[in-house]
Order: sequence, then C-alpha cells, then structure tokens
Amino acid sequence: MSRFARNPIAIAFAAILALILVGMTFAIVPETQQALIVRFGEPQRIINRYQANETFGDTGAGLAARIPFVEQIVWIDKRIQSIEMENQQVLSTDQLRLQVDAFARYRIVDPLQMYRAARTEENLSAQLRPILGSALRNELGRRPFAALLSPERGQMMDNIQNALNRVARQYGALVVDVRIKRADLPDGTPLDSAYQRMRTAREQEARSIQAQGLKQAQIVRAEADAEATATYARAFNQDPDFYDFYRAMQSYEASFVSAGTAENPRGRTNIILSPENDYLRQFRGRARAGQ
Amino acid sequence: MALFFRESAPIKTGMRRFFGWVLSDNRGGPWGSGGGDDGDGGGSGGGPRNPWGSGPRRRKPGGAGPNIASLDDFLKKSRDRFGGRFPLGGGRPYWLYGLIAFAILWILFTSIHRIGTQERGVVTTLGYYTGTMQPGIGFSWPAPFGRVQTIDVENIRTISIPGGSGAENLILTGDQNVIDLAYSVRWNISEPRDFAFQIAEPEETIREVAESAMRAVVSRVSLDDAIGAGRAEIEQNVEQVMQQILNDYGAGVVIRGVAVSQSVPPAAVNEAFLQVSAAQQQAQSDLNNARAYALQITARAQGDAAAFEKQYAEYRLAPEVTRRRMYYETMERILQRVDTTIVEAPGVTPYLPLPEVGRSRPAQPQAQGAPAR
Repeated sequence: MSRFARNPIAIAFAAILALILVGMTFAIVPETQQALIVRFGEPQRIINRYQANETFGDTGAGLAARIPFVEQIVWIDKRIQSIEMENQQVLSTDQLRLQVDAFARYRIVDPLQMYRAARTEENLSAQLRPILGSALRNELGRRPFAALLSPERGQMMDNIQNALNRVARQYGALVVDVRIKRADLPDGTPLDSAYQRMRTAREQEARSIQAQGLKQAQIVRAEADAEATATYARAFNQDPDFYDFYRAMQSYEASFVSAGTAENPRGRTNIILSPENDYLRQFRGRARAGQ
Repeated sequence: MALFFRESAPIKTGMRRFFGWVLSDNRGGPWGSGGGDDGDGGGSGGGPRNPWGSGPRRRKPGGAGPNIASLDDFLKKSRDRFGGRFPLGGGRPYWLYGLIAFAILWILFTSIHRIGTQERGVVTTLGYYTGTMQPGIGFSWPAPFGRVQTIDVENIRTISIPGGSGAENLILTGDQNVIDLAYSVRWNISEPRDFAFQIAEPEETIREVAESAMRAVVSRVSLDDAIGAGRAEIEQNVEQVMQQILNDYGAGVVIRGVAVSQSVPPAAVNEAFLQVSAAQQQAQSDLNNARAYALQITARAQGDAAAFEKQYAEYRLAPEVTRRRMYYETMERILQRVDTTIVEAPGVTPYLPLPEVGRSRPAQPQAQGAPAR
C-alpha cells in the first residue's frame, strides 16, 4: 500500500479518477436551470426548483451532489420560454377570416410533473403548440371580428391563457402570458375587399370635402352679393327716381354701344328714332311749342 | 524565467536537488542524458547552466543511451529510486512547476475581471448568484467555481420592425382599416441579473412584445388617428404596454422609447388617399375663388354706390339741368357710335330693309337721317 502510494503514476491515475468521480458526483446548478435527479429513470429530487417571488442568490442554485453512475441529472430550463404559433386562419362568428400569429410564454414550475408527462422540453413545447392553436381558434371563433379590435381583446387573451393553462398545468408548466402578435386579413379576397372598402370610404370623403368646399364658396358668394345689394340699396334709395334715370343712362350706353371692330368702329347696332323722340325735340323745332 | 530562478536562492537549490535526483539516478533514462551529477543543467555538454534551455536539446543524445530497455524497466528503476532516495522537503518535478504556473495564470485570468464603464458583471459562484460587479476591476472565484457574465447595460439598443425587408407591415386599426406601419423600439438593460436569468431569449422576446403591443394599441385607434394626429399617443401607449409586459416577465429591461417612423395607408389604396388630399386642395381653391369674387363684387358695389352718391349730391343742387345734361351727353355718346335712322311717318318702319341698313352702309352714318326723312 505504501509502495502504491509512492508511485507517482499511480497517484496521477488516482487523482484523475478522483477528479472524474468528483465531476460525476457534483454538478453546478446555475440560476437558469432546474436539476431533476433521476435514479434509474425514477425521479428522486429536484434542485433549484422554481419558486415565485424568490430572489436570485437565495435560490436552490449551487452545488448538487448525486451518486455517480446511479443517478442522472435532467436539466430543465428555469427561465421563461416561449412557444410560437405560426400563422393560423381563424373564422369569427360573423364569418370573417383572420390570419393570426400568437405566442405564449411559459415557465416550467414543476419539473417532476413535466418530466413525467413530457420527458423533454422539446416535447413539452411540441405538445403545447397545437393546444395554443386550438385555444385561440375556440376563443376567437366565438366572437365577432370587431371584438378583436376592441378593448375586449384583453379579456379574450385571458380566456385563452386560462384554457392553455389548464393543459399546461398537466405538464408542470405555467403559462405567464398569451398574446396575439399579428391579426391580419388573409391575402386575396378578404384583404382586397377591405382595400375596396377603404378606397370607397376615401372617395366618399373626397367627394364630401369637394361638396363642402363648393357649398362654402357659394355661401361666400351669396353673402357678398347680399352685401353688394345692401350697399346699392342704401345709396340708390336716396332718390329712386334719379336712380331710374341715372341707371337708364348707363344701361343705354352699355347696351347700344357695342365694341366695334377695327374696320367698322361703329359696331352693328341700328337705332331707328321716331321724330317724336324726346331727343329730337329741339331738332323738330317745336320745342317751345311743345312746352 | 531562468533569470528569476537563478536569482532566488532557495528555489535554485530546490531545483538543483530535483534535477539531481531525476537526472543523476536516471542515466540514459527517457528524459535525458543524465550527465550532470550536481544537476546544474546538462553539465556534461558544457552548455548553459539553465536546465530549461538545455534539457530538451540534450534529450536525444541521451535517449540513445542503452541503459533502459522498456517501460517496465523504467518503472522498476523509478520505484527503486523512490524507495531509496525520496526527496524530502522540496524536491518537485518540473511539470509541477508548469502546473503551478498554469494554475496561477488560470486564476489570474479567470478571477480578475475588468468591467467597462457601461457594463456590469453578473457573478455566480457555484452556480448561484452572488452579486453584480460595478465598473472597475472585480474579483471572483476562478473559473469552474465562479463565473462572471459581462452585460452591457448602458448601450441603448434598437429594434426595428419590420426588420428591414422592405415589405409592408400591415396592421389592422380599430375601424377595420389597414395601415402600413414601421417603427423602432429603443431599450436597454436596467437589471443585469434579471436579464441574465429570467428569460430564455430576451431580444426575441422584446421584439415579439413590441409587435404585440403595437398591434394591441393600434387596434384601438382609428385609421385617421393612426396616420395623423394620434401617432405620439400611440408611441406613448406602446411604450407603457411594453414596459408593463416586460415587468411582468421580470425581464430587467427598460424601454427608452418607441418611434413610429412610417405610418401610411397601404400602397394598394394610396391613390384614394391622395384623392382626398386633392379634394381638400380643390375645396380650398373653390373657397379662394369665392372669396376673390366676394371682394370684387363688394368693392364694385361700393364704388358704384359712391359714384351714384357723388352724382346725386350734384344733381340735388340743380336737378332739372343736370338731368337734361346727362341725358344729352349720354345720347350723344350713344348715337355717335351707332347707325341711326330717323323715321317720320308712322307705318314706314316695316318697309325698311333693316338687316341691310346695317350691312350696306356701315360707313355713311351722317347721311342716314336726312334721306329717310
């Protein structure tokens, strides 16, 4: 024995062996992982299990010991993880189709349950994904399209989360949040008809703006006309008789004197006067007699 | 290294001893010629005294030595050696020095951490969180036991949505219209510990939360608000909603701001939106025309009225004369410039070749009155 102990090679071997053994016995459990110790497939204990309201540095993370060869460690993420549901078509009660992307965030809170029910994390997310899809379809299918675009949306999300949570709990997971990432009209007819509706709405707006503009313009004109009339009336009303004469003079001049052309500056108006005309009173030489 | 060892006496002595027992008893051993009895390097060659420099080079010629036949032989010899002259108090093989040097370097490199001014170090010891390092030099346990994750907390990061593909990012508004929205979210880390431990994919999470928050907010406003006046409010609400969600996750992230960079109707209906602004322009120009007309018409009315009033003021002084004067003057102006025919007898008028009067004698105005008479 003492001879063996003095052999450096043997010591080295022993040291390496011890190191391996230590490595197999102790494991560092980080803050981000939960460790499930499994003995021959039989779960034994959980290290660093998630607890609500724990503070980091005060969790179960740290050194974990196990019996080498007999016990294995199954690592399970402690952090919030996400599953995404790829683009699904959902039919609302008013028969409108909607293209929906959603995601859920969950945390494995019961590693033992999760290990028993799903074995691996990949398995878990594969199980949850279709359930998220169906929960979403069920919830959205029960409501009109407009509800999705209203404050009711929060309530719907809560319902979906609850539905998903009922299933997730069986897998030892807790759904923290469900959200609709995108809710779009599907390409093709639905989107086109939405566009058509938007277009006609805009056209309607355009026309109404135009009509309003014309109306305003007309009102402005009418007001101006009225003001002008008032101005005229105020002035002319001082002597209606004189106005009659004054305006008649202007009017005759304006009506009968048409603008002549270059070779015919007189214009084309013919006036045939009767000698009885007042203008020709003096011309007839009867002025004095007439008066 | 060599200098250092040469100058420090105790170590040198130790080395001498160690080389002494390794090399002296091991003539022709696998490690060297074993020439030196006193262990001052491979003394037989007369080379440098330093064993580090000379040892390996002298290995070959020594290896050729015939003394050792097999590993068994070597082991036996070694056992003999250890049995006989185990070096007490200080004799160590040089690989142990290497190991120690390596260990020192390892500890130096893995337990001293330089944390930049905008960084924090999240320290875990044996896996559990033991503290956050502030900027400067920080110490931790060496590598397998202590671990420091350096996280840049001050750097404000930006996430742009949609991610630069140039495709339209169509979002439904509250009045079931569709808009094309592009925006960016600026964020940084407020709590490195939470950021490191709480969420599996923090950046992806923030992106998804941003998208979901933006859609939730836009689904509550009308198209007109989303395109125009409501943008600032949308930005604010999205920021709040995002912060709320991320706090619920305990993500250790603070949202610095949300900026809508583009909020336009989809290209497919843009034409109709342009029509609206064209209609607005049109309405405006209609109104402008009307106002111009109004100015014109009122000004003219005022002018006319003023002219009338002036005339009337004069007319009132001498009504009869003024009246006749105006009458004659007007008639004069008119008759000067038109073809005039004067007819005496009643009943003649129908026989006048009216159309011809104008056309045939446009140039003889004065003569017309007389012949007709």
